[in-house]
Amino acid sequence: MCSYIVEKAKLVGSAKGPSGWMRVDTANVYYDHPFHAPLDHALGIDFICEADGGRERVAVELSRQSALDLIDAIKAALASGDAAHAQAPQECVTLAASQADVARLF
Amino acid sequence: MSYPGLIAETVSFQGHNGDKGEAYYARPTAPGKAPGVVLIHHLPGWDEWICEATRKLAHHGFSTIAPHLYFREGPGSPDDLGARVRAAGGVADEQVVGDSKAAAAWLRARPEVNGKVGVIGFCSGGRHAFLVCCRTTEFDAMVDCWGGNVVVDDPKALNAKRPVAPIDLADKINCPILGLFGNDDANPTADQVNRTEAVLKKLGKDYTFHRYDGAGHAFFNAARISYRPEQAADGWAKVFAFFHKHLG
Repeated sequence: MCSYIVEKAKLVGSAKGPSGWMRVDTANVYYDHPFHAPLDHALGIDFICEADGGRERVAVELSRQSALDLIDAIKAALASGDAAHAQAPQECVTLAASQADVARLF
Repeated sequence: MSYPGLIAETVSFQGHNGDKGEAYYARPTAPGKAPGVVLIHHLPGWDEWICEATRKLAHHGFSTIAPHLYFREGPGSPDDLGARVRAAGGVADEQVVGDSKAAAAWLRARPEVNGKVGVIGFCSGGRHAFLVCCRTTEFDAMVDCWGGNVVVDDPKALNAKRPVAPIDLADKINCPILGLFGNDDANPTADQVNRTEAVLKKLGKDYTFHRYDGAGHAFFNAARISYRPEQAADGWAKVFAFFHKHLG
């Protein structure tokens, strides 16, 4: 509805943009008319790096329901990842030990 | 009457503060002078549909210029520039008024334009068209297509870029107005359209409003599910008749 309302989320991460991988520090999130998606309104997210000038972006335009589904999927992925990575410290020790063993050979 | 022969091109114009930007210009190639129209794009930006609408007006006999209101963010694709403008809270009213006046002056300087210039805007551009005619006497006719926020109910919607609700400046309008609205629109709502009409009526303005059942926002836009072919066909016919009546 031409609202100009944009929610901003601070991020730490990377995204693959028009020039390749780039770091991103901000997500501009809005629910308004999309540019490309054949929808009346869409949940738009622009991943940008304001620290680098914000000239490039990775953009998505999602239907309301698919945006909600994505939120659930993100939460589910984090939850299952957290459970799986609870074993990670031991794996890291094992890997570090292996690297140390290799280093001792040289 | 239609004018299937036309020229469409990207042109340069000097906008607000003398800033040099680009615009899309389409004009009929038929001999003689044609009326001019400034087309103000919607919030998503200077996109393919805006170019289509510009050519459609040319097809019906109007030399039409659609200034790229986001050109100052360029270079870049229109969608990327639109994203930057959105993230920055939109364009300032003052700048849009300046760009629109400049586009009208650009048209009047063209030998193929008859000296009459109207303005049409869609969505946020509808609000801009309304606002521009409150702030300048450059235009001979104005079409507001579902412009939201002409009436502002939430004071928080007013800010440095949009300091005044256009309806509060409506007494300054001195050209005829055509308004097209969908009754299912959320912005403007049917109630807001009614209140806009009440103000124009009270002020004694020359206006005609058409409200369409079964249509919401952006019902002209064939690229969106909001498109309503029957209502759009009727609305376009009203736009062409209105502009021909007042611009020649």
